Amino acid sequence: MSEAVLELRNLHKRFGALQATRDVTLDLRPGEIHALIGPNGAGKSTLIGQIAGHIAPDEGQIRLSAEDITGLSVAERARRGLGRSFQVSSLADSLSVLRNVMVAVQAIQGHSFRFWKPVDRDASLIEPARAAIARMQLSSRADTPVSELSHGERRQVEVACALALNPRALLLDEPMAGLGPEGSLKLTELLETLKLEVPILLIEHDMDAVFRLADRVTVLVSGEVIAHGTCDEIRTHPRVREAYLGD
Amino acid sequence: MPEPAMGALAGPVSLSSARPWLNRERLINGLLLMALFASPFIAQAVGETYYINLASRIAIVAMAAVGLNLAIGYGGMISFGHAAFFGLGGYVAGISAFHAFDMSLLLSWPITLGGSDFMPGIWLAAMVLCALLALVIGAISLRTSGVYFIMITLAFAQMLYYFAVSWPSYGGDDGLPIYLRNQFPGLNTNDPLTYFLICFVALGLSLALCARLMRSRFGAALTMARLNETRLATAGISPFPIRLVAFVLSAVITGVAGALFADLNGFVGPSMLSWHRSGEIMVIVILGGVGRLYGPVAGAILFVLMETLLGGVTEYWMLFLGLVLLGVVLFARGGLMGLLAGRARHE
Ligand SMILES: Nc1ncnc2c1ncn2[C@@H]1O[C@H](COP(=O)(O)OP(=O)(O)O)[C@@H](O)[C@H]1O
Ligand SMILES: [Mg+2]
Repeated sequence: MSEAVLELRNLHKRFGALQATRDVTLDLRPGEIHALIGPNGAGKSTLIGQIAGHIAPDEGQIRLSAEDITGLSVAERARRGLGRSFQVSSLADSLSVLRNVMVAVQAIQGHSFRFWKPVDRDASLIEPARAAIARMQLSSRADTPVSELSHGERRQVEVACALALNPRALLLDEPMAGLGPEGSLKLTELLETLKLEVPILLIEHDMDAVFRLADRVTVLVSGEVIAHGTCDEIRTHPRVREAYLGD
Repeated sequence: MPEPAMGALAGPVSLSSARPWLNRERLINGLLLMALFASPFIAQAVGETYYINLASRIAIVAMAAVGLNLAIGYGGMISFGHAAFFGLGGYVAGISAFHAFDMSLLLSWPITLGGSDFMPGIWLAAMVLCALLALVIGAISLRTSGVYFIMITLAFAQMLYYFAVSWPSYGGDDGLPIYLRNQFPGLNTNDPLTYFLICFVALGLSLALCARLMRSRFGAALTMARLNETRLATAGISPFPIRLVAFVLSAVITGVAGALFADLNGFVGPSMLSWHRSGEIMVIVILGGVGRLYGPVAGAILFVLMETLLGGVTEYWMLFLGLVLLGVVLFARGGLMGLLAGRARHE
C-alpha cells in the first residue's frame, strides 16, 4: 500500500441531502491503470474533482506520493504532478492547441512572473509542448484554434495538457466519450503505452476499453464503492452485474 | 513599435509562420500614433497653440486607458474604480508641487521629506503609491468577480473621492492648484510642445510595455486567466496572483497618466477621483476596442475630439457620446479598432 502514488482515504462528500461520495478509499499504483466505473450520477466526476482540488471533501484524506494534499489548491496539486482531463473539455477555445499546452509547460518551469521574454520564440516552452502534443498524435493540429477541433480532438488536447505537466498521476474523466470506435481504439493504444510512465485513474463507460486497459477496477454506485478487483473479478461480481452491467 | 519582424524569425520554434509583419492592424496603429504626433506640430505651425494642449490631453487620457485596458481587456477585470489611481497620481504631482512651491515639509515623520518639482521623482512616487493602493484594492476585490468586482472597485474609488473632498490641507472640495509646472531636467516643461512630447513618449512607453508584457509568460498566464480560469489552475498556475499583479501594473500606468494630467491642467481636484472619471476612462477603452493594444489611442482621440468639438457647441454633447457608444457596442463589437482594422487575430 505504501508504494501507492495516489491514495484516497475515507472520502466523504455531500451536496445537501445527496451523498455524492460515501467513505471512498482507493489507491493508484505505479505502472497501472485503475478504472473507475459506475452508472451516471454515481459520483465519479465528483471524486475526480476532489482529487484535483476543485471540490473540497467533507471528510477524508488525499495523498500524493505519501504527502497529504487535501488542503492544497488546484494549481498547487497540478504543479506537484496531478494531471487531469475534464468530462466536458475545459480549454481556451480561441487559442491554438499549442498555446493551451504551453501554459502547462510554463507552470512546471517555475513561476509565471516573467514579463519580458516573448513566449512565441521560447523554445524551452514550445518544444516540450509540441512533444506532449505529438504524444497524443495531434501534431498536425498544433497551430489550430481549439474552437475548430472535433470533440475527440479536444479530449486529446486535454490529455496533452496533462502530460505537459510531467505528471505523477493522470486523472482522465471519460476520455473516450465522443471519439467514435476508431478514435477510441487509437486512444486505448496510446493509454496502454502511457501507463508505463504514468499511472492513470480512468473513468470510462466504454467497457471494451476498460477491460482491455485496466489492471484493477473499482465500481462506484451512489457514491459508494460496491466492488473492487481485477477485470475478471469485476466481470463476474454478482453485485456489479446486478447494479451496473445490467443483468 | 516593439514588435520585431515575425516573418523573418519564423524558424521551427515560431508559433505560426505565416504572419506578415505589416498587417492592417499595425498600419492603423502606426497611422493613429503618427496623427497624434503630428497634430501639435501642425497646430504650432498655424498658430493654434490651444490644440497642442489638446493633443497632450489625448495622449494622457489614452495612457490612462492603456492602463485600464490591461485590467479590462487583457485581464478580464472590469474595474470601475481606476479614477482612484488617476487621481492619486494627480494628487502626488499636486501635493509635491505645493510643498516645493512654499518650501514646506510634506512629511516630518518618520522621515523629513519636502516637496519636489522633479518630475521623474514624482512619477516614481506616483507609481509606488498606486502600486500599493492597487495591491490593497486588488487583494480584496479580486476575491469577487463580475458585478461585485465592479461595485467594490467603484466603492474604493468613491472612498478616496470623499476623503479628498473632506481633507482641507490640500484644498478639499476646491482642489489644489499647481502654480508652477513640475520640471524635467534638461527640458522646458512649460513649453506646450515639449510637454506634449513628454506625454507622447509616456504613452508610447506604456503601449510598448503592454505589448511586450502580453507576449511574455506572464501575458500568457493572464490571457488564460481571462479565457478559462479553470484551465489555468489545472495547468498549475494560480489565477489570483497573476490577476493581482496585472491589476497593480494597470494601476501604475493609469497613475502616471494622472500625474501628467495634473501638471497639464495646473490643477488637481477631487473630480480626478470621481466615478465620472472612472466611467470616462472605461468609455474610452470600450470606444477604442476592448483588449486591442491601440484601442485606447483610437478611443481617446474620438472621445476628446467629441468632448471639445461638440462640447463647445452644445452642453448635451454627452448625449451624442452616448449614441456613439451605443452604436459601437451594438454594431462594432471590436470598437473603433474593430471597425478600422478588422477582427482581432488569433493568439
Ligand atoms: N456541485 C454540485 N452540487 C450539487 N450536486 C452535485 C454537484 N456536482 C454533482 N452533483 C450531483 O452529484 C451526483 C454525482 O455526480 P457526478 O460526480 O457528476 O457523477 P458521475 O460523474 O458519476 O456521472 C449527481 O447526482 C450530481 O447531480
Ligand atoms: Mg461524470
